Amino acid sequence: MISVSDLRKNFGAKAAVDGVSFRVERGEILGFLGPNGAGKSTTMRIVTGFLPPTSGSVRVGDFDVEEQPVEAKRLVGYLPENAPCYSDMTVSGFLGFCGEARGLRGTRLKGAVGRAIATCFLEPVAHQSIDTLSKGYRHRTCLAQSILHDPPVLVLDEPTDGLDPNQKHEVRSLIRRMGRDKAIIFSTHILEEVEAVCTRAIIIDRGRIVANGTPGELKGRAGGAGAIVLRAADRGGAALRPFLDKLEGCSAVELLEEQPAVLRLRPKDASAASALAARVHETAVREKWKLVELRIEEGRLDDVFRSITLPDSAPGQKS
Amino acid sequence: MSTCFGNIRSVAKRELSGAVSSPVAYVFVVIFLLLSAFFTFMIGGFFERGQASLASFFGWHPWLYLFLVPAVGMRMWAEERRSGTIELLLTLPLTTWQAILGKFLAYLTIIAVALALTFPVWITVDYLGAPDHGIIAAGYAGSLLLGASYLSVASFTSALTRNQVVSFIIAVVICLFLILCGWPPVLDLLDRVFSPAAVDFVAAFSVMTHFESIRRGVLDLRDLLFFFSVIFFFLFATQAVLRARRAG
Repeated sequence: MISVSDLRKNFGAKAAVDGVSFRVERGEILGFLGPNGAGKSTTMRIVTGFLPPTSGSVRVGDFDVEEQPVEAKRLVGYLPENAPCYSDMTVSGFLGFCGEARGLRGTRLKGAVGRAIATCFLEPVAHQSIDTLSKGYRHRTCLAQSILHDPPVLVLDEPTDGLDPNQKHEVRSLIRRMGRDKAIIFSTHILEEVEAVCTRAIIIDRGRIVANGTPGELKGRAGGAGAIVLRAADRGGAALRPFLDKLEGCSAVELLEEQPAVLRLRPKDASAASALAARVHETAVREKWKLVELRIEEGRLDDVFRSITLPDSAPGQKS
Repeated sequence: MSTCFGNIRSVAKRELSGAVSSPVAYVFVVIFLLLSAFFTFMIGGFFERGQASLASFFGWHPWLYLFLVPAVGMRMWAEERRSGTIELLLTLPLTTWQAILGKFLAYLTIIAVALALTFPVWITVDYLGAPDHGIIAAGYAGSLLLGASYLSVASFTSALTRNQVVSFIIAVVICLFLILCGWPPVLDLLDRVFSPAAVDFVAAFSVMTHFESIRRGVLDLRDLLFFFSVIFFFLFATQAVLRARRAG
């Protein structure tokens, strides 16, 4: 549905987006991650046709955004950063305008506005002027505008920014639900959100894509990923250590706590982690340790994020 | 084609509802009515003239519009840019032209309403004497074209900046130029220095000369063409500015 190829955008001498390419199909939810100023919003503005690219192209559906902007924009719902709304209108008036501008009329318009208001939980404020609304409501009003015409493509720039935890949860489940039959791009700073919602994530830094994969794949790139942690209730850590050191495929054993014993084993190879865990278990059974915990560490997305977007990391590292 | 007009209409409707729910439209209409009555009767010497014409009424319009139209039009694009709603508007499936025309027509409607509400002046002059109604109708048409021309200037300056005050000042300066280059005192001054041909050339750019001839009841195609080309020029410039600012 969305295909971005070799997108570049310069503001003066500064390259805000520097050769970004990706595709998003129906049923995919693409998370856009990156530090502030990495080029996320600029990329989204180009995809929605608000900014023209310096070079490269964006296709939405069958249309090139620069060559057939009106046709392309018809397919897209867009929630801009900071969720701007016409604050001198009421919520339903604002949604009515957006629907009309998208070619909805009469009962279809009414139905669409009603559905959007219900989906975004705006009933209590439907006839209130937007400038009297709290930030959460205003944000959801703008979100309602983006889903009003049931577009096949959604571009959401920080859809959960400024919402309280309940609202965040609602918006996330809404995105997940809509992601079944739409192509969605959304940007966020919150990494748990990516794990909770996305089918795929892109990390962008200084205008370039530095990582692209499922949340699971990205987590696998964390330094701690694949390590095995075990906790035994009845022994001291030092007593267990000699057994673990001898295990095949284990490169290092760290003692995290002595009593009760908590140890971390690093496998020689991250893919062999589960085999190593099985061996740890066999040993524990044979030696009759009272094992209360045995798990493989998944790796944390923020470790990955930090390690690839910190200024001293190697730029342009691709997955 | 019908979607094109539909789009222009939606934008105009939105813009009007915005203007009507804020004091802008009311302040414009009320101030325009008060000032036009004041100038017509107190300063223009409507009664002292002893003529059944609205010359003293229309004569002030270029000056009244000079401040009022840029004031009402200054928020047109500057406000969209300041509040970020321009990002919504320009990602809707509309062309930039449709958005520009929609906004322009919305504010033109406000000017037209203000102008229509001056009907008591027409009734007054009809009650007191036997005016030429054709000339008065031409005067109203000329006045609306004049307002539309200033409005297109305001649209252009509003697109230039997110600051409404800056937009207002630049619009007033441009409109003042459009007035002054045909104002008799300025033309007399030019006449002493330049050849009559050069003076005529400068005067041709003035809204004054064209407005004068329309309000005398002479509906010359050239005058109409002048106003329409000013409007088109500044709306085109608006579009160029929006496009250029989009490019970053």
